[in-house]
Amino acid sequence: MTQAQLFEGYGPVKGYDEMYGESGLRDLYTSVHAAFGQMPPEEVRQRAEGLASSYLEQGITFGVAGEERPFPLDIVPRIIEADAWDEVEAGVKQRVKALEAFLADAYGAGELFRDGVVPRATVVTSSHYHRVVAGIDPANGVRIHVSGIDLIRDGDGDFRVLEDNARVPSGVSYVMTNRRAMSSGLPEVFAHHRIRPVARYSRQLLSALRAAAPAGVSDPTVVVLTPGVYNSAYFEHTLLARTMGVELVEGRDLVCHGGRVMMRTTDGLAPVHVIYRRIDDEFLDPLAFRADSALGVPGLVNAARAGNVTIANAIGNGVADDKLLYTYVPDLIRYYLREEPILRNVDTWRCGDADQREEVLDRLHELVLKPVDGSGGKGIVIGPSATREELDELRAKVIAAPRDWIAQPVISLSTVPTLVEDGIRPRHVDLRPFAVNDGDDVWVLPGGLTRVALPEGELIVNSSRGGGSKDTWVLARPTEPIEEPDDDLEPLSQSSSQSQTMAPVPAPSREV
Amino acid sequence: MLSRIGESLFWIGRYLERADDTARLLDVQMQMLVEDPATDEVTSCQQLFAVMGIDDFGGVPNRWSMLDLLAYDQKSPTSIAAVIGSMREAARSARETLSTDVWSAINTTWQGVPAATSMRPVEMFNWVRRRTAMISGSADDSMPRDQGWYFYVLGRNIERADMTARLLSTAASAGGSGSGVAWQNTLRACGGYESFLRTYRGIERDSAAAEYLLLDRWFPRSLVSSLTEAERALTRLDVAGRRAGFSDEALRLLGRARTEIEYRPLNELLETMPFEMERLQRACAAASDAITARYFAQEDWHMWTGRVSL
Repeated sequence: MTQAQLFEGYGPVKGYDEMYGESGLRDLYTSVHAAFGQMPPEEVRQRAEGLASSYLEQGITFGVAGEERPFPLDIVPRIIEADAWDEVEAGVKQRVKALEAFLADAYGAGELFRDGVVPRATVVTSSHYHRVVAGIDPANGVRIHVSGIDLIRDGDGDFRVLEDNARVPSGVSYVMTNRRAMSSGLPEVFAHHRIRPVARYSRQLLSALRAAAPAGVSDPTVVVLTPGVYNSAYFEHTLLARTMGVELVEGRDLVCHGGRVMMRTTDGLAPVHVIYRRIDDEFLDPLAFRADSALGVPGLVNAARAGNVTIANAIGNGVADDKLLYTYVPDLIRYYLREEPILRNVDTWRCGDADQREEVLDRLHELVLKPVDGSGGKGIVIGPSATREELDELRAKVIAAPRDWIAQPVISLSTVPTLVEDGIRPRHVDLRPFAVNDGDDVWVLPGGLTRVALPEGELIVNSSRGGGSKDTWVLARPTEPIEEPDDDLEPLSQSSSQSQTMAPVPAPSREV
Repeated sequence: MLSRIGESLFWIGRYLERADDTARLLDVQMQMLVEDPATDEVTSCQQLFAVMGIDDFGGVPNRWSMLDLLAYDQKSPTSIAAVIGSMREAARSARETLSTDVWSAINTTWQGVPAATSMRPVEMFNWVRRRTAMISGSADDSMPRDQGWYFYVLGRNIERADMTARLLSTAASAGGSGSGVAWQNTLRACGGYESFLRTYRGIERDSAAAEYLLLDRWFPRSLVSSLTEAERALTRLDVAGRRAGFSDEALRLLGRARTEIEYRPLNELLETMPFEMERLQRACAAASDAITARYFAQEDWHMWTGRVSL
């Protein structure tokens, strides 16, 4: 078999393909294209299987309905050049800064309401608005310690923001493990590129968390709070705790005494200063939120109010990533930062607005309707592929609760080469870059999580809907030093079949 | 160290040892059934069930039900398959404190259970022993000797003492013409037959075999060795140190159980072996409770079902 067979039937692609442009193969992908061309297809498959089995062995999984599944990693990397990344990085930073300013304002002085930037009702009617945290000033002013801004590339290849995640964005562990797996699974291709490393994430996160410690604590104890082993992102919680070298606690490990948070250790109670929580607001503290939550810690909100513990990300951040507020973010950027948005939103209609609702209802069959507080692709209706009954049902829902819905045109997501049953084919992807805010600066992890929709034509890329992921390579400029290679994660084991067929490994290029 | 993590490590130790020792125990039992035609299958399986604390079994005790209950059936909490599952659960909840080597050794073992349950018994027992050796080897090589390590060592040794006591009960109750074979098999199962022969210069007596498994201070699977190790781990965990007496309940219980065996004339021990062994198992159970109360306190979801009830 030859190269032709793996790529045969790849194009032409409708929409923007990141490997093939109008004039053929883009420069960016020549080396990857050639590498897969030189490898016999059986070998490509064998290596892909090697990736899968090493993930299973390591327990790198996510949970779906109580079952642990490996998160499929595609063997073809996604490549982003330095120039395009500059735009993403600047755009994400800008957005996070604007959202921070918005949260401080919305839970504080409320100037934006007086200035008419966003109607007060839009914010306080959000199900994620928690009055209980109004007036809590975070120690270093940071509320969005970690964010994930979901991006897509439109028909012209321009990056656009699809949604913001300012609560507990997950997926960063796959960025780290994917990189590790690819460097051992595809070493010769890896070595031909100068890739910006991702392993710095844990250190960056830890220093941001330490910086967020309550005033007067010089050597804070940081913990990661997980809902427990049955949570779908449990693997990620363990990886973060492990690579930061901090305790991974469950709600039952913590106890509040006199406005302070302690953890139960074998030597008695020990104080905790910063909690990187991976539990939703509603489950954090049964005294403040859901009384039936067994995951949380009674008294936690009080301790945070008293300024004795920092909860990261802050409670109530959900108002910032509400899909209705999303439509105002470009205005927020102009209002707070006096800048033009670097990354554009996707065109969006607010169904709460009477004129816009009229238009949406007329064009239901050609739009994508999203519930404002849904996440993970939940409740989304794609007009063109919905039945008449589904559309009628949707119409009734929108009329009943217009505030709960937004509408967007069907966007053709960009495609990247992906190994599927028939060979390497274009599949739709999105991108979630992760940003860490330590109070001085917003740091953007170079790369982020690329999720790929494996079924042909599928437009919703989500792990709970049969999605996979890709290692995302942000290329360094030729003159740019790569100071920290990705080697401080533990090595992923390789299957023996893989290492037997592996070509001699060239030394990674690290010219400075 | 978090109490919950300490407890998980303690139980990883116990589950690991139990999987290993159950495989050894079954190996002995199967060999006895095969090699000694005089053995009454129903009686001897019944005895084994009693030793393992299975007293509500409704079916006929024979080698097949024995293999199901103690090896293959994931629904039977005493089975090796179930014990490996529990070990993996415990490891998962302590994932961030385990080294990747230990975790992936445990995880791979758990993933191998479905394949293992379709192996022939002897093959499965070998597989279990190889896998447990791999896990304990990785742990030995990669775990730092902090509190967590001592909880793990403590769990292993308490379980080992408990299971060795069960092995000794089984051997002692074989009786009659089969007893020589039974002791030999027990020594083999513990991996101590050759060293026993060297120590006793080839003299095979039941009493010598019992002495070796009960009292030898150099043989790591003997009761006295396991109890001494457990006591040492407890001493290391008790950071406050002690000047007089034993403030730690677990240490007191284990120490007393050990001296009961160590300072009693061997003949006396042999005469009342099943009784003594049962007493020892009760001491192990009480010590485990005392450790839970002192160090882990808030938990009650790990429970043995195979505990001796009296």
